Amino acid sequence: MTQMNMVQAINSALRHEMKRDDRVVVLGEDVGKVGGVFRVTQGLFDEFGDDRVIDTPLSEGGIIGCAIGMALYGLVPVPEIQFSDFIFPAYDQIVSELAKFRYRSGGEYPSKLVIRTPVGGGIRGGHYHSQSPESLFIHVAGLKVVCPSNPHDAKGLLLASIRDPDPVLFFEPKRIYRAAKGDVPDEDYTVPIGKAAISREGKHVTMIAWGAMLYEALAAADQAAEQGVDCEVIDLRTLWPVDIDTIIESVKKTGRVVVVHEAPKTCGFGAELIALINEKAFLHLEAPPVRVTGFDTPFPYTLENEYLPLAHRILPAVLETARY
Amino acid sequence: MLGRQTMDHEHLASLYRQMLLIRRLEEEAARAYAMGKIGGFLHLYIGQEAVGVGACATLTRDDYVVTTYRDHGIAIAKGMAPGAMMAELYGKATGCSGGLGGSMHMFDKPNNMLGGHGIIGGHIPLGVGAAFASKYNKDGRVTLCFFGDGAVSIQGFHEGVSLAALWKLPIVFICENNEYSMGTPLSRTLSQTDVSLKAVGYGIPHDRFFATDVLEVEQRIGQAVERARNESMPTLVEVRTYRFRGHSMSDPGKYRTAAELEEQKQKDPLIQARLKLELGWDAAKLAALEASVEAEVEAAVKFAEDSPEPDASVLEPTTYDGPFAS
Repeated sequence: MTQMNMVQAINSALRHEMKRDDRVVVLGEDVGKVGGVFRVTQGLFDEFGDDRVIDTPLSEGGIIGCAIGMALYGLVPVPEIQFSDFIFPAYDQIVSELAKFRYRSGGEYPSKLVIRTPVGGGIRGGHYHSQSPESLFIHVAGLKVVCPSNPHDAKGLLLASIRDPDPVLFFEPKRIYRAAKGDVPDEDYTVPIGKAAISREGKHVTMIAWGAMLYEALAAADQAAEQGVDCEVIDLRTLWPVDIDTIIESVKKTGRVVVVHEAPKTCGFGAELIALINEKAFLHLEAPPVRVTGFDTPFPYTLENEYLPLAHRILPAVLETARY
Repeated sequence: MLGRQTMDHEHLASLYRQMLLIRRLEEEAARAYAMGKIGGFLHLYIGQEAVGVGACATLTRDDYVVTTYRDHGIAIAKGMAPGAMMAELYGKATGCSGGLGGSMHMFDKPNNMLGGHGIIGGHIPLGVGAAFASKYNKDGRVTLCFFGDGAVSIQGFHEGVSLAALWKLPIVFICENNEYSMGTPLSRTLSQTDVSLKAVGYGIPHDRFFATDVLEVEQRIGQAVERARNESMPTLVEVRTYRFRGHSMSDPGKYRTAAELEEQKQKDPLIQARLKLELGWDAAKLAALEASVEAEVEAAVKFAEDSPEPDASVLEPTTYDGPFAS
């Protein structure tokens, strides 16, 4: 075990897998000599050389398109998109090509690669460096979407993603890149894709969160406990395929749900989660499911702490749901 | 001298056979489309066969080919079985992509056919990635990346060529310039209609010629393929060609005159190749060759007609690796 932050854990996963499998290559803007803008790929260039840690031009469509071609050929590329806000020039490649390859080649050409990209607010980055576009990818059949909340899961989920047979969008919550710390195994391990974790057990209200907002949900749960409301907090870890069984089991116990996410409310992943809960556990519900989310506006520069669904916004929603 | 000429004619005959096979398969596909047996879109290669056949003749089976949605002919030239191609058009389970893709999705892994692709220019970085992988693996393979003149204004073209040039990858970019991006002539979409000059900006070699003679296509593309294989240097080749049909089956092609079309048909590379064979090859052999093509086309159509449609149960297992419940 080594004490690490998220950046170190992800770096450790990349290093581990590049040593284990020489088909694994990393490419992206500033990932080589610079080591990435968040230093996630630091040291890899010196250790593995410029044919495995590849600096690219500012060319997101080219980076992802090229990575898809590498994957069709049998390499295992792990491209980085510098901010998930920059992923849109590659959206066509991801939606039209990457997600569809297995299907449209009749299963002949699975295209597996992992797109790593920092996501969400927390650095006062304004709307070009703070967005949470996960639902735009969850909506596309053929993609898997992962978002870890701690160093242990970050390393284990990244190793699982790189070894997964399907393409994975790996969202790294930049707000907790260095803030989230914890023990990380030095040996080989994976955290399974598609399996949520119960971060806190409780019996009154189910809270569903992921990434950086998990900590806000946990903080709100602590505050709610002081008022006699006992929250269960689920860390989804994998957004798609979602671990609906864990959610439904919890909802059947509590009958009350609060979903927390940074992305805007409308058509955010919370909408799908609540639809699934309604479909599968409608008669167990004691209160209308509630979403505490970002606003249906561009991500603001100056009002970041109002926009983000922080604990001070989650707590009233939890109390109201509990008392409904 | 006579021996060499005979050999050249045997070789030309093999290329002519492929071109004729593609032409006849697509004529039958057009017929089936008109009868409603093939749905969706169907972009015919008729008139352009010399490009795909001449270019693919320079490759080994290990080499990669990736192309646009006008892909049936190139897939056949890369070695795809005609039955698998026709069955895919029919949407049958025996098609090259299990009938799930259709016309724009000609994949054939054993022949390293990396597919037809429906988004203009989107496949160009993919071809670059394949070329990167072959350089990475040092396996000596070359990637041919085909696209139309309509693709050269789009992001994917510039990003792909830029990366291939930067990393000196073993790839040949083949722009099949058929003079129209759908219905709009090149002169109305490009300020510089010599597409090959775009290579200058990326510092890679370029070439430009008409595809009237399939042997010339083979020879000129062959130079670029050797450059890719031996020097790991990409080339942009603009091959000037012409499609005799519309952009797709739903396009009557009214944006060009009957006279223009007739003039182009006089230069039909298929007819040009046949004329050479008529003059210098054995008439009986030519007749036998053409009869064998007819038999192969007939068998491909019958195979497609007789094959079953895919079952809906294949949808999930081909979307992800193994189904999962939501």
